[in-house]
Amino acid sequence: MTEPVLETRGLVKSFGALRASDGITLDLRPGEIHAVIGPNGAGKSTMIKQLSGNIAPDEGTVHFLGRDVTGLSTMARARAGLARTFQVSALAMEDTVLQNAVLGALGASSSPYRFFRPALKRAELRDRAMAALERMGLADHAATVVSELSHGQRRQLEVAVALTLQPKAFLMDEPMAGLGGEGSQHLTGILDRLRAEAPILLIEHDMDAVFALADRISVLVYGRIIATGTVEEIRRSPEVRDAYLGDAS
Amino acid sequence: MSRERILGAVVLLALGLVPLAAHVMGEPFTITLATRAAILALAAVGLNIALGIGGLVSLGHATFFGIGGYAMGILASHVQNYEPMFEWPFLFEGSTSMPFIWLVAVLVSALAALLIGLLALRTSGVYFIMITLAFGQMFYFFSISWSAYGGEDGLSIYVRNGFPGLNTLDPIQFFGLCYAVLCLVLLGAHLLARSPFGLALGAARQSPDRVQAVGLDPKRLRLVGFVISGAITGLAGALFADLNRFVSPTMFSWQTSGEIMVFIILGGVGRLFGPVVGAAVFVMLEHFLGDMSEFWHIWLGLLLLAVVLFARGGLVGLIAGREKAHD
Repeated sequence: MTEPVLETRGLVKSFGALRASDGITLDLRPGEIHAVIGPNGAGKSTMIKQLSGNIAPDEGTVHFLGRDVTGLSTMARARAGLARTFQVSALAMEDTVLQNAVLGALGASSSPYRFFRPALKRAELRDRAMAALERMGLADHAATVVSELSHGQRRQLEVAVALTLQPKAFLMDEPMAGLGGEGSQHLTGILDRLRAEAPILLIEHDMDAVFALADRISVLVYGRIIATGTVEEIRRSPEVRDAYLGDAS
Repeated sequence: MSRERILGAVVLLALGLVPLAAHVMGEPFTITLATRAAILALAAVGLNIALGIGGLVSLGHATFFGIGGYAMGILASHVQNYEPMFEWPFLFEGSTSMPFIWLVAVLVSALAALLIGLLALRTSGVYFIMITLAFGQMFYFFSISWSAYGGEDGLSIYVRNGFPGLNTLDPIQFFGLCYAVLCLVLLGAHLLARSPFGLALGAARQSPDRVQAVGLDPKRLRLVGFVISGAITGLAGALFADLNRFVSPTMFSWQTSGEIMVFIILGGVGRLFGPVVGAAVFVMLEHFLGDMSEFWHIWLGLLLLAVVLFARGGLVGLIAGREKAHD
């Protein structure tokens, strides 16, 4: 078996009496989309924040590319190649699409302390940003201010900014959130092709997308992973049906 | 050319031509007013980097303005009084050379901004405002109690400091110098806003989570922005002291911080020429309305209210419209 790209072992995180993460162990292997599903309040957001470095676990470790990154900041993990998209679009709304993508390229080059030549005139940043926008079908909107984009285009820009980092793994927190059927299908197609480049840990509520995309699914309930398996295994699992699929659908 | 650039060119040209006309007509007081406007604009260009790009509402920029002023006052007073500033490790008698004074003003205010920023930037929102205000007040009361350099009465400097090749006692030449500094710093601010640093600092204001997620540190970006901002306002302070040939604790007062911020809000937050328009309007109001009534601030208040309510982009936004996305 190949070495996992991203791996957690026994993650525990409590908020007061609530154990939001109760010993989460999972891994993300090269070339796969690993979806994490679970009802509201299951601790998905808490889990992803520990993976991205926004909050520190009480117990357990996070390994990325074979290295223990549990103590590293969000910034350090991003520089190591862990790219994140947000559930609620986190973009510079007053800036253009291209400027947002260039920000990603700037992060990847990790040298923002340059004060004179315009960022958008620097070929190395601009090319990288444009390449990512083209792949997401946003090249025609490069000069549009983000606040004027549709919701769906903002979701695509989230992924484009992540792409500029040329990451080793993606953490995607509900990329389909708020997208209609068509938008969701479009993004599903894009993510499908993306997995060849870097594996995706996908948190998603849209079950059609999850079943269409996931190589493996883990089900998170009350801070615990109750099952991990292929789409078929999860569909058939009685525990999962009880805990989640049953009352959700 | 965008309307904003045309407006900027017109404002800069007017600011340059009015004193020239006044020089020809022999009205030195108008030149002094224009010099005052240019220097106050420079102070606000400094704050506009922290406030406009970085979103850092600093109510303590008088700290840097005052440091610049006292850098000039202290260095020149030693020359004036023939008392060496220190004798160890080498004899230093102070200085009346503007380039040297500017260097000291910029370095000391940058250092102060670094130390204040390290503490204040751990907070945000109203706490950041209060901490920067508190530092301003500390410097204010310290300058009042520092009797070696005039204490409450301030320091009068009888000589005007020199600049190689210029007669700085001639109002029009001193104006030209201040105007040149303002134009250079505006050029720098223009470049900075579009540079990788400006892009990242602006993004850190709009979406710090995003900035972190691409591997950049919003706190460090803000700190560097705050230091650059403080250094520019410090330079303005040194020029302001030279204009008045007088330094006093008033330069450190929170009213001064407030006024610098008023220039920006009046002219347009984050707009390149906002500080210039704001400072020019302020100086004109102060002069014309101040002649009529000592309560002229009432009218300033009404104008400010109107701008905040009806023209969020300030006067620049009102005239030039919404900011075009940078190219």
